[in-house]
Amino acid sequence: MSNSLFGPLDDVAGDAGHVDHPPRMGFFTDTSVCIGCKACEVACKQWNGVPAGAELDLLGMSHDNTGELGANSWRHVAFIEQAPTSPVDPPADLGMPGMQPPGAATGAETRTDFRWLMASDVCKHCTHAGCLDVCPTGALFRTEFGSVVVQQDICNGCGYCVSGCPYGVIERRPDDGRAQKCTLCYDRLHDGLEPACAKACPTDSIQFGELDELRERAAARVATLHERGETSARLYGHDPDDGVGGNGAFFLLLDEPEVYGLPPDPVVPTRDMARMWGFVCAAAVGFLTAAVGSFVGRGIR
Amino acid sequence: MGSNMAEAHPVAFQWVVEAKARGAKVQHIDPHFTRTSALADAYVPIRAGSDIAFLGGVINHILTEEKYFREYVVAYTNASFLVDERYQDTEDLEGLFSGFDPETASYDQSSWQYESAGSPPEQEDREELSDEAQAHASGAGGAPLAGVTNGIAQDPTLEHPRCVFQVLKRHFARYTPEFVEDVCGTPREQFLAVCAAWTGASGRDRTGALVYSVGWTQHSVGAQYIRAGAIIQLLLGNIGRPGGGILALRGHASIQGCTDIPTLFNLLPGYLPMPSPATPDLAAYVASIRSKKQKGFWYNADAYMVSLLKEYWGEKAQPDNDFCFDYLPRIDGDHGVYRTLMDMVDGKIPGYFLFGQNPAVGMSNGRLARLALAQLDWLVVRDLVMVESATFWQNAPEIETGEIDPAACRTEVFFFPAASHVEKEGTFTQTERMLQWREKAVEPSGDQSSELWFAYHLGRILRERLAASTDDRDRPLIDLSWDYAKEHGHEEELWGEPSAEDVLRRINGYHLDTGEPVGDYRELRADGSTSAGCWIYSGVFRGGVNLSARRGDGPDGKWGWVWPLDRRILYNRASADPEGRPWSEGKKLVWWDEAVGRWVGDDIADFPDDLPPGHVPEAEAVGPAALRGDDAFVLQADGKAWLFAPNGVLDGPLPTHYEPDESPVPNRLHGPRGSPMRRHYSRPANPANPAGDTEVFPFVLTASRLTEHLTAGGMSRWLPFLAELQPELFVEVSPELAAARGLEHNGWCHVITSRTAVQAKVVVTARIRPLRVQQQVVHQVWMPYHFGPGGLATGDVMNDLLGIVADPNVQIQEGKVATCDVRPGPRPTGPALLAYVEDYRRRAGISAGGESS
Amino acid sequence: MSKHGKREKFTPRADPNSYYGRPILKPPAWDWRIPAYLFAGGLSAGSTLLSTGADLSGRPLLCRRGRIAALAGLGASTYFLVSDLGRPERFHHMLRVAKPTSPMSVGTWIIAGYSPGIGLAAVSELLPARWRSRLLGRVLCRLARPAALSSAALAPALASYTAVLLSQTSVPAWNSAHPYLPFVFTGSAAASSGGLGMLLAPVAEAGPARTFAATGAAAELLASRVMDSRLGLVGEAYEQGSAHRLRKASEYLTAAGLVGTLLGRHNRTAAAAAGLALMAGSVLQRFGVFAAGVASTRDPRFVVAPQRERLAARSGEDPQPSGSSSSSITASQATARE
Repeated sequence: MSNSLFGPLDDVAGDAGHVDHPPRMGFFTDTSVCIGCKACEVACKQWNGVPAGAELDLLGMSHDNTGELGANSWRHVAFIEQAPTSPVDPPADLGMPGMQPPGAATGAETRTDFRWLMASDVCKHCTHAGCLDVCPTGALFRTEFGSVVVQQDICNGCGYCVSGCPYGVIERRPDDGRAQKCTLCYDRLHDGLEPACAKACPTDSIQFGELDELRERAAARVATLHERGETSARLYGHDPDDGVGGNGAFFLLLDEPEVYGLPPDPVVPTRDMARMWGFVCAAAVGFLTAAVGSFVGRGIR
Repeated sequence: MGSNMAEAHPVAFQWVVEAKARGAKVQHIDPHFTRTSALADAYVPIRAGSDIAFLGGVINHILTEEKYFREYVVAYTNASFLVDERYQDTEDLEGLFSGFDPETASYDQSSWQYESAGSPPEQEDREELSDEAQAHASGAGGAPLAGVTNGIAQDPTLEHPRCVFQVLKRHFARYTPEFVEDVCGTPREQFLAVCAAWTGASGRDRTGALVYSVGWTQHSVGAQYIRAGAIIQLLLGNIGRPGGGILALRGHASIQGCTDIPTLFNLLPGYLPMPSPATPDLAAYVASIRSKKQKGFWYNADAYMVSLLKEYWGEKAQPDNDFCFDYLPRIDGDHGVYRTLMDMVDGKIPGYFLFGQNPAVGMSNGRLARLALAQLDWLVVRDLVMVESATFWQNAPEIETGEIDPAACRTEVFFFPAASHVEKEGTFTQTERMLQWREKAVEPSGDQSSELWFAYHLGRILRERLAASTDDRDRPLIDLSWDYAKEHGHEEELWGEPSAEDVLRRINGYHLDTGEPVGDYRELRADGSTSAGCWIYSGVFRGGVNLSARRGDGPDGKWGWVWPLDRRILYNRASADPEGRPWSEGKKLVWWDEAVGRWVGDDIADFPDDLPPGHVPEAEAVGPAALRGDDAFVLQADGKAWLFAPNGVLDGPLPTHYEPDESPVPNRLHGPRGSPMRRHYSRPANPANPAGDTEVFPFVLTASRLTEHLTAGGMSRWLPFLAELQPELFVEVSPELAAARGLEHNGWCHVITSRTAVQAKVVVTARIRPLRVQQQVVHQVWMPYHFGPGGLATGDVMNDLLGIVADPNVQIQEGKVATCDVRPGPRPTGPALLAYVEDYRRRAGISAGGESS
Repeated sequence: MSKHGKREKFTPRADPNSYYGRPILKPPAWDWRIPAYLFAGGLSAGSTLLSTGADLSGRPLLCRRGRIAALAGLGASTYFLVSDLGRPERFHHMLRVAKPTSPMSVGTWIIAGYSPGIGLAAVSELLPARWRSRLLGRVLCRLARPAALSSAALAPALASYTAVLLSQTSVPAWNSAHPYLPFVFTGSAAASSGGLGMLLAPVAEAGPARTFAATGAAAELLASRVMDSRLGLVGEAYEQGSAHRLRKASEYLTAAGLVGTLLGRHNRTAAAAAGLALMAGSVLQRFGVFAAGVASTRDPRFVVAPQRERLAARSGEDPQPSGSSSSSITASQATARE
C-alpha cells in the first residue's frame, strides 16, 4: 500500500524518489534499560559539533538539566520520579518518637515501589514528517535510509518546520538562523557505522538497525516484560497506522507518552491538507465574489 | 551495596543489564535511590554507616536458617579450625576483642590465633614492630601464620564451641531482623527479602555476586565492611565460582593498577610491604612477611622481592649486598596522605608532587588540604587543566575568609600540562585485575607530557646532578638501573618518550642470563637470576608478546591479560568439590581430569595444575608443596578462606557493628560507640561533630558521585558538554526535611558541620527518605562532591564539610558518613563565615582544641 | 529560543500528565513580522481587486491610489517575510522547489505570480508625467490593465492561502481553526483593503470600497464568533491572555468601523475614520490569532487533552489515561514553608 501523505507506507525512501536504496534504518529506544547516563547526549554533540548550552544552571527537573530537544540538543534524556501514592497521607510531623512501632509507619519509610523513569528522546524521523512536508526550500529531504535530514547549505531559516513538527523536535539555532535536528548521523551511515548515540549507549537502550527487525525485537521485549509483571511497558511510535505512519525512531515506554513529554496521538498536519485547502478555496471564492459584487449594482453609494 | 554501579561504572553496568535480561535479580541497598536503584529489582534503604549491622544480620540469617553451603564451608574455609582458648569475643567484653590495650588503642592479636602446636619463634620478632606498622607488614598475601603445617586443631562437624563456625554464630547472634530494622532503618520485610534473594541465588546450582565500591571503603571500619561481605559470600559458597565472587569496583579507571604498582607509601609492587626499621636486612624482611612453615604461593615472597630488587638496581644488586635491600626506605609509621597533609600544615614538608590529583577539592576537610598546600615551599602539579590544587592561592575559599593571602602565600606552584589517555600509551588495570593495553591515538597538541616521560626524565636529570656525589645517601638513586628503552623512532633523542612497552616487559620480568621474559611468577628466583618489576604481572609478556593488547580476535579469543597468570576468576579451585568434580553442570568452571592428570576447564586453574584433588602433603612440606588437594585458597597461609581472620586486619578478627565517628544515635550493640581503633587526627582544624547529637548537627550526611562528573572534577568541570549536564552543586533532601527546614526546591541552602558551611541548590526528592532508627527519625541528605571554584561548572567544595577520621588498616578516610545541619539561604561569606561556623561549634560544645566536651 | 522556554523556576502543574508542565511543542519560530505580513498581504490583495475593479468601472482615483496601496502592501509583505528568515540572504532558496504539501511554497509561487502584474500597474501610476509620453511610459500604461488583471486573478489566493499556512502546522490553535481561519482572514483582508480605499479615495469613487469593507467586516466578525464557539478546549487559547485582548480590541474596532462605514458613507472624514478603524481591527485580528497560536504551543494540555479525547473516541474508552497507577509527583511539588 502506498500512501504518500498519510497512512502506512512501506517504502518511504522509494516514495521519495530513491531507486535501489538500502533498507530503512532507525532507532528502537528501550527505555526500560536506560540508566540516564547521558552518554548519548554527549556523543551526539561531540560528533555533530552541536554547541554546548550558554546557560549553566540546574533546571530543578530531577537530573534533567538539558530540558528538551532543540537545535542544540538532538538527544535529550528525560527523568521522571514517581512515588506511589500511599493510602494514608504522610503525617506532616514525623518528629514524634515512639508514637509508632518501628516499621509500622505509613509514610515515607514504607514507600517501596518507587520508580525513576529515564528515557532518551530523539527526532522521530517520521514516515510522514510534518517538518519535511512543509519545508519550502527543499532543505529537508528524505534520505535513502528513510531518515529525514536538513541540508544546512540550503535552509534559509524560515522556521516553518518548527511549527510543522508534532513532537516539538526541530528548532532554529539562535545565532545561526538555520533549523537543526538529529540527522541519524547520516555521515556515519554512509560509512556503515551506527549513529554516535547508539554506539555510546552502554546498556543498548538505544538500538540501531533495520526498522523491520527493530520492530520485531521490540515486540519480543514488550512480551518479555509483560511476562515478568511489568505490565506498564508499551511501544510508542511503532505503529504504521498511527498519525504519522509510524516513526523511524520508536520507543518502549513504561508510562503514558505525555508523562515523558511526548504527544499521545501525534498526527502529521498534512493529513488534513486537502480539507484545509477546500476551506481556503471557498473563502477565496467568497473574497472574489464580494469584490466583484461591490462593483455590481449601485452598491453603497 | 556500597556502590552506585550504574552511576559510576555505566559501561560495566551493561553486564548487569545483560544478566537481568537472562533472569538475574538485582538488589540495591543504598541510603538514597539512585540510577542503579532505578534498574534494580528491589531498592532497599539503609542508614549510611550501618552496613555491618545489615550484613551481620544476613550472616545471622544464614547461620540460623541453615542456608550456608555446608560442603563448601567445611572443605574450603577455616570454619572447622579451632580458635585459641584465650580468645574472647565482643560479646564477652562489651564490644572489644581480647588483647585490647587502651593506651595504644590497639590489639595484641596473639589470642586470635588458631589452636596449634607450639609457640612460633617468629611471633617475638613481630612484637617489636610498632602497631602502626604491623598491618602494613602483612602485605596482601595474608598474614603469616606460624606452625600451620604442624596441623591446626579442627572439628569438621562444626560443633566444637571454639571452632570458627560456632564463634561466628555466637558473635552474630544478636543481629536479628529486628536489630537490623532498628539500627539501619531498613524495614524488616525488605531486609528479609534481600536475605531470601541472596541465599536463594546461592548453592550448588546458583551463584550470586556481591558488588561494592567506595560506599564501603570510605568508613572508619571500611575493611570490616568488606570482611563481612566476604564472610557471607564464603558461607554461601560464592567465591571462586562463575557468577559469584566479590566485585570491588574502583573509584578510578586504573586505580587497580595504582595499588598493583603502587603509589602508596606502604606497599611495593605486587603487594609486598615496604620494609620497616624492625627488619634490618633482607632475611628479616622475608621472615616478617612469611613464615618458614606456611603454605601456598606467598611462601615464595623472597623470590618476588629479590626479583624486584634486581629490577630496581640491576647489576648493582648482588647477593653480597642483600640485593641492595638497604637502599629501600624504611616505613616507621603512618605516612598516608592525611598524615602527610598534617605534616604539611605543621611546616614539616617543603615540597610536593601532585600527579592527576586534586586534594583542594577531593580530600576530606578541604580547608585543611588547602592550608597545607599553602605551607609548602614548592608544589608541582601535573594535570589536564588548572585544577584548584594549582590555583588555590588565587581562588581558594580561604582567600575570602582571609586565611590565605595571595600576596603572602609562600608556595611556588609549577604547573605541567599532562597528556590525556589518548595522547600516550600504556596499560590500564581495572577491577577485574585485567590489564588492557592502550595505544596512543594522537600526539599531544602542545607541551603535554605523559607521566612516564616526566618520571623518567626527572629521574635522569636527578641522577645526572648526583653522578659525582660521594654521599652514601645518594647511592640508591645513582645505582638505579634507569636504562629503559625509548619509543620506536625516538631512540636517539635525549628527551625522547620512554617506551611503555619496554617498561611493561620489565614489569613482567625476564631471565637475566638469557634475556627471555618469564612465563609467570613461578619462574622467579631468590638467587638474583631473575628480575621482575611486579610478580603478579609476570606473564603479561609471556613469549615476548604483549598479551594485554589482546582484543578477543586472536586464536585464544581472550581480551586483555588478567593477573595472576591470566586467571579470570581467583580461587577457582573452589568451583569444584573436594573430589574435583564441578558442584553442578551449570556452574562448572575448572575440574580435575583424571585421564590427563590435570585441572581443566574454562579458566586457568588457580591451583597447581597437576595437584590432584585428594592430595595430602608430607608432614614437613612448606610453601606451595604444602598445599592439600582441597586448599583452594592458594595465597592464604593455611590454604583456606578465612571466615575468622587471625591476622591481617588490625581492628578485629570478625566484623562488629560500631557507629560511625559522627552519628546521631548511640551504639545499640555495645559500649564503645565507634570503632576503638579508628584513627583520629585531632587538631583544632579537624574537629569532630559531637556524638549522638540530635540538636546542632542532627542529620546524616553522605556523598557520592554523579555520572556526569568524575571525582574532584578536573576531568569534567572544564568540559562544556559535561558541565551543562550537571552545572551546580546541590543537596538532595526529602520532602519531610524540606518542610521541616523550610527548604525550597531549586532554591539555595547551606549545609553546616563543625568544619565549615557550604552552599548548594536544594533538590527536594522522594528518592531520599527519613528512616526510623532506634525510636528516632533520622534524616539523611546526599551531596555530590565534584564541585570547586574552577572550570565551567562551579560550586562550593563539598569535601570541606568532612572531618578526617580513618580506618586503621588502610588509612582511608570516613568520607561516606558524617552529621550536619541544613538551613535555607546561601551561606555567609568572608570572615562572617568563620564566625558563623564558630557559633555552631560553640553550641555543639566543641572546644577550641577541636574535641567535644 | 533558549532551552528553558520560560526562564523562571518551574512551578509544576497539578495535572500529573505532563513532563514538569513543559511544553511539548516548540512555539512558532516567527515573530511579529509574520502577523504583520498577514495584514499587509491581505491588504495588498484586496487593494488589487478594488483598484482593478475601479479601473474597469471608471474610478480613476480609487484605481490609482489602490494600485499604489497594493504595491506598498506587497513591498511591506516582502520586507516582513524576508527579514523574518533566519538567513535572509537566502530568501531566493524558496524558489528552488514548488511543493504542494507546503503552503509556504505554494504561497511563494502565488506571490511570485502576483507581484509582477500589480508591480507594473503601480509603477505605471507612479511614473512622473514627463516619462508618460515616452515610449516606455506609453507601453507601461497600455500594459497596466492586463497586468493588474493577472494579479487580480491571484489576489484571492494571496488573501486566503495564509489561513492554511497557519493551519497546516501542529500548532493546536491554528490547526483546529482551519475551517474558520480562511473566512476570518479573507474577511479581514476585505475589511482592511476596503477601509484603505475609503481612506484614500473621495466619497464619490469609494462606493465599492465601502461595500467591500462592510462585507468583509461582517464576514470577519461572524467567522470569528463562530470560531470561538466551535473550538472547544483549544479555543481557550483565543480567550486568554494577549490573544484575547487583541481580538477583543479587534472586534470593537471592526464593529465600529462597520457601523461607521454604513452610517458615514457621505462624509469623507467619517469614512476615513471608519477605514482606519477597520484597518486597525484587521491588524489586531492577525496579531490576536498569531498570539493564540503561540499560546497554544506553550501549554501541554492543548496538545494532550484533545489527543486523549481523540484516542478515547477511537477506542471507545474513558479519555483519562489508565496506563500507570503511579502519578508523576515531581520533587518540586513537595515543598512547604515552615
